[in-house]
Amino acid sequence: MSILVRDPGLETTVQDTGRLGYYSIGFPPSGALDSFAYHVGNALVGNEPGAAALEAVYLGPTLEFTQATVIAVTGADIPAFVDGAEIPLWESVAVSAGSVLSFGQLRAGARPYVAVAGGIDVPLYYGSRSTYTLVGIGGFQGRALRAGDELAIGSDARDPRAGRRVDPDDVPVHPSTAEVHLLVGLHSYRLTEDSLARFTDTEWKVTPDANRVGYRFRGAELEFVPREQPFGAGSDPANVTDCGYPVGSVQVPGGVEPIVLLQDAVTGGGYATLGTVVSVDRDRLAQTKTGDKTRFVPVDLDGALSVRRDRHAALDRIRSALA
Amino acid sequence: MTAEANTDTETRYDFGGDEFVYVELSPAMSLPVHFTSLGITRRLAEEAIPGVEEIAPSNASYMVRVDPDRLDPRDLVRELQRIEDEVGGHSDDLTVATRIIDVPIMLNDPWTHEVLMKFRDRHQDPTGTDLDYGARINGYSSTEDFIDALAASPYLVTMMGFVPGLPWCFQLVPRERQVEVPKYVRPRTETPERAFGFGGAFAVIYPVKGAGGYQLFGSAPAPIFDGEQRLPDFAENDSVVFFKHGDVINYRRVDQTEYDDVRAQVDAGTWRYSYKELEFSPSRFLADPDGTNAAMKEVLYG
Repeated sequence: MSILVRDPGLETTVQDTGRLGYYSIGFPPSGALDSFAYHVGNALVGNEPGAAALEAVYLGPTLEFTQATVIAVTGADIPAFVDGAEIPLWESVAVSAGSVLSFGQLRAGARPYVAVAGGIDVPLYYGSRSTYTLVGIGGFQGRALRAGDELAIGSDARDPRAGRRVDPDDVPVHPSTAEVHLLVGLHSYRLTEDSLARFTDTEWKVTPDANRVGYRFRGAELEFVPREQPFGAGSDPANVTDCGYPVGSVQVPGGVEPIVLLQDAVTGGGYATLGTVVSVDRDRLAQTKTGDKTRFVPVDLDGALSVRRDRHAALDRIRSALA
Repeated sequence: MTAEANTDTETRYDFGGDEFVYVELSPAMSLPVHFTSLGITRRLAEEAIPGVEEIAPSNASYMVRVDPDRLDPRDLVRELQRIEDEVGGHSDDLTVATRIIDVPIMLNDPWTHEVLMKFRDRHQDPTGTDLDYGARINGYSSTEDFIDALAASPYLVTMMGFVPGLPWCFQLVPRERQVEVPKYVRPRTETPERAFGFGGAFAVIYPVKGAGGYQLFGSAPAPIFDGEQRLPDFAENDSVVFFKHGDVINYRRVDQTEYDDVRAQVDAGTWRYSYKELEFSPSRFLADPDGTNAAMKEVLYG
């Protein structure tokens, strides 16, 4: 049982929940950027949580299934077709041997996910099937898919079944201005109060430099507080003594073009960070594309924890409804 | 050197979103601060507190990934403060089982030179090279003297990360002899594999090619990341990275002939780092840096 890649789309990779536990030697977690879409996809096709799926960006892949199975497309709003007939998104669909899944033009969002009953069967690498293309490890041969690749499908689906459907009220919408919650802190003291206020007041535009490593934005200039440079940091105002970067942290090298680090990001470095996007809101960033707008809404720790709890509760509720 | 106590500030505890706690012992790097951080993170690992998912020690700070569904990040901070109270100031007793490793390095090499010349518009000094700039701002009268200083004394790996296997190396010399340079004004989009770079007070080797903001000074012929564990150093340790937090690295200058020779051994799959195991005592080092370095080099090279 396998999937033949006829056309890989722009950059389609195998992803799961990520490679956790190796941050201290420099492995970022990798894993699905939109974890909600990824988890719901697995629930739809009756997989155990954590089965590997495919993540595409902007352009969907064209895939042929060598055997009958059950699939689901979640994430971005993009027309999907099986043998030319449009299929519903956020719903499990039966495909026959020889069926071909293809995609039309993206309507909203950025990243469609394809879940397959049994999951994508690639070797575990440091505990995960996620692709980390920056150093070429994990996933399918450490890289994005190419035409002609043949992906094995696992055989341990718990309960594959077509016709499972996510309640339309639970399907995320992808507004052209995404709002993500930000816990201000880390080295925020390096920025002037005006600049910090400007950061959360500005509608930031996603630049073309936006990928699994991080998203770079444009929209305002930020200023640093003058200081006597601490030893080890380096003299540039944006420099700090090199430290760990939380996943989702925001840095502003040179005061322009803030960068939000995502799942394939560097694990540490020497640029001042001004805060961290709440983990579950990385899902929303993952569904923005170049030219879209993003606002960073400040929250305190209680706010961050409650955003997290609500999103996890919603996912649990959807999983139970689909079980 | 012993007067270099951690008196800069109070430790700063902060939250990196809902899943990380960031602890900055000092905004400035120093060996005493680093050793305190080392003592705290080792104790934290021993205590195995439920909800503590990952501990990432770094230079003058450390980071903990927490599962907030099991342990409220504020409760974790209270635990960390308790550990700091118990461990802090007792780093005199600390000894670290470590290795001293011989790492060949070619400074002022042609490969990083070619790349750095492409990114002058992102550099503090668009007219020179990174080495010339580093020599000038550190008060060296010639680039050659600067190069000599970079390779004169060993370095301690005080942090791992950025990408898998990259060591942040802090030179084991008194502060007045430490080199310090800024990172690029804007990071480069390109850095050659195995480039030897310098940023802040830290030397690094880039394990793979990619973006980077450190000044480019040289190139290491031997890999420090081996994703397929092809070389025996990686296969035998069942790891894709070679360096470990706490390693002592002696960067040894090589010329192009020796560089090419190491590359040939790597290609043949026979390359091995030479290293020796030893006990490192931070307090003994702080009392006599040059004597400790000489003794460690004696262990390595005999």
